[in-house]
Amino acid sequence: MHTVARFHIDYVRYLDEDGQLAADAPAFAADNAVLLDLYRRMNFLRCFDSKAVALQRTGKLGTYASCLGHEAAHVAIGLAMRQEDVFCPMYREYGTQFVRGVKPREVLMYWGGDERGNDFSGPRHDLPWCVPIATQCLHAAGAALAFKLRHEPRVAVSVVGDGGTSKTDFYAAVNSAGAFRLPYVGVIVNNQWAISVPRSAQTGAETLAQKGIAGGLHCIQVDGNDPIAMLAVMRDTIERARTGGGGTVVEAVTYRLSDHTTADDARRYRPEEEVKQAWAREPLKRLRALLEARGIWDQAREDAFKLEANAEVDVEVNAYLETRTQPVTSMFDFMFAELPHDLREQREEVVRWEAGHHG
Amino acid sequence: MAEITLIEAVTQAMAYEMRRDPSVIVLGEDVGVNGGVFRATAGLHAQFGSERVLDTPLDETTIAGLAVGMAFQGMKPIAESQFDGFIYPMMDHIICHAARMRSRTRGRLHCPMVLRAPCGGGIRAPEHHSEAPEALFAHIPGLRVVIPSSPARAYGLLLAAIRDPDPVIFFEPKRIYRQYKEEVPDDGEALPLDVCFVLRDGHDVTLVTWGAHVKETLEAAEQLAERGVSAEVIDLATIKPIDFDTIRESVKKTGRCVIVHEAARTAGIGAEIAAQLAEKSMFDLVAPVERVTGYDVPIPLFRLEMKYLPSVERIIAAVDRTLAYR
Ligand SMILES: Cc1ncc(C[n+]2csc(CCOP(=O)(O)OP(=O)(O)O)c2C)c(N)n1
Ligand SMILES: [Mg+2]
Repeated sequence: MHTVARFHIDYVRYLDEDGQLAADAPAFAADNAVLLDLYRRMNFLRCFDSKAVALQRTGKLGTYASCLGHEAAHVAIGLAMRQEDVFCPMYREYGTQFVRGVKPREVLMYWGGDERGNDFSGPRHDLPWCVPIATQCLHAAGAALAFKLRHEPRVAVSVVGDGGTSKTDFYAAVNSAGAFRLPYVGVIVNNQWAISVPRSAQTGAETLAQKGIAGGLHCIQVDGNDPIAMLAVMRDTIERARTGGGGTVVEAVTYRLSDHTTADDARRYRPEEEVKQAWAREPLKRLRALLEARGIWDQAREDAFKLEANAEVDVEVNAYLETRTQPVTSMFDFMFAELPHDLREQREEVVRWEAGHHG
Repeated sequence: MAEITLIEAVTQAMAYEMRRDPSVIVLGEDVGVNGGVFRATAGLHAQFGSERVLDTPLDETTIAGLAVGMAFQGMKPIAESQFDGFIYPMMDHIICHAARMRSRTRGRLHCPMVLRAPCGGGIRAPEHHSEAPEALFAHIPGLRVVIPSSPARAYGLLLAAIRDPDPVIFFEPKRIYRQYKEEVPDDGEALPLDVCFVLRDGHDVTLVTWGAHVKETLEAAEQLAERGVSAEVIDLATIKPIDFDTIRESVKKTGRCVIVHEAARTAGIGAEIAAQLAEKSMFDLVAPVERVTGYDVPIPLFRLEMKYLPSVERIIAAVDRTLAYR
């Protein structure tokens, strides 16, 4: 007997929980402008997120999926991608989407029960939010296949949760990406919970990153609360995919500091102590510690930034709240390039009905 | 005796049958400690433990495939699809295997399983959380499809579904999960899986519906009564096989039929009922059969969803159209 293949999974972290930067950190970690940009975006995201939760609590938004704790992972993905790349999100990566040009008001419209949120002003070739778990992974692989067949130097990036890696679609995406050697980066944002089901119940595998091995992809695990490691890994893997070096599964290890969504109550199944400990590892605190140690951030700047960010979020919230409901006929108008006769009849029925009852 | 809601009746039926029959197990996403996202399995994990109430990895193909596997080995899995909109990946296993295991093995193997899923719109839920896919399953030979509309019928029909030796798709109208409470004795009495229920007697028009829209239909009947129009209301309950005898008896009396369902109109269950009436009750009808349904579009997100769902006013308008015929 002899070994025919052997595998290992590397773990990357440059910025620890106390804001100490490792000696082997990438060169950009010396660039204060890059770090300030990361921090501001993460901070803005947190302002947005808490405002969105508040809107839901006061009945002005439907169910909302918070991104609290995921800021480093989400923002870094956005910063590492090019505009012409394609992003296939799940449902909480607002941080990635804001970098790419999606407006906060569009996020609110989606969770506010208005399809026009999906018709966002970010890259028109990006997919909208994807509720059926992990299906977006295969669509990203398909987009990557299109890029490859058309010889376009573009990369498709999907995000999936720890729970989502159990899904048939995730395995199929990883397998296709390996089989076709696709420009695909599949990010797993492992926040330790899939609603009430802990990471340990999803699989017997030691890491989620290693799920890519069977597909023939590069695999790596990252501290998802370390924005520097996240940005470094995302840049490297996306550029490798772009230049024909093959796809990657990136496991970003983080923690869902919020309930699953505003419809969930995590106290039913999750120990408070675990959440308390996770707060000590959250991403903003450690980056702020580094910035403060470098003398480029302090409480006054934090307060000023928060004021500005909240004002900007308020503008978006107001724009959302002032958005008038679509006409009823909108449910028909985007069904086909050209409305077939049966739907035209149903549409007319609705128009007559609305005229009779409200006109 | 305590009064319970429809969802509590679902829990009560599962608990009863799990106590009675050790081969009954529950599996799905978040059904364990969390008790299900709607609380349908609340308390079951505490009562029966993790070998009878299983949180699965997050994959509907897994849930359906495992259920088929356990079922053909003689267990009685109750699998949950967390929402209607996530049931589609399960269809491979349900259609290709559960529905035809008995037939393709000429009776050697069979799949005594239940697939439960909340169904329907009207709760301001996110995308893919408000679908009504009953017709998709009713079209599959080898399946029974059930949708209860009251706590008592949920209890009795779910017990019957679990005890049935063949696969049953059991949709639970989530909009009326907690609409009202009624006394439901926990006596283990099942209801038949092949009859519909006449909820209100009438002689001018027959209203056929099921699930959450029983509510609007009964309201419409009430308003019609105030105008002197007597509507008979039938809760289909078992979508497959349909109890056409009861519907035909009613139409013989009323001469008119209006079918109400929230699923899309084309190839919906309303079409099947209308076809059966055309085949066998044509000379009892005095007016064309009317359908009040969702449109042939995905149910809109919640700002517009109530414009999609059949309303009391739309039901009454359809009844009035049938009343124009004498
Ligand atoms: C196919 C499918 N099944 C079930 C659900 C219901 N659901 C929504 S989110 C979720 C858990 C997802 O967990 P994970 O993949 O870890 O992502 P997270 O929400 O933690 O970011 C479930 C079961 C769904 N949206 N899609
Ligand atoms: Mg998760």
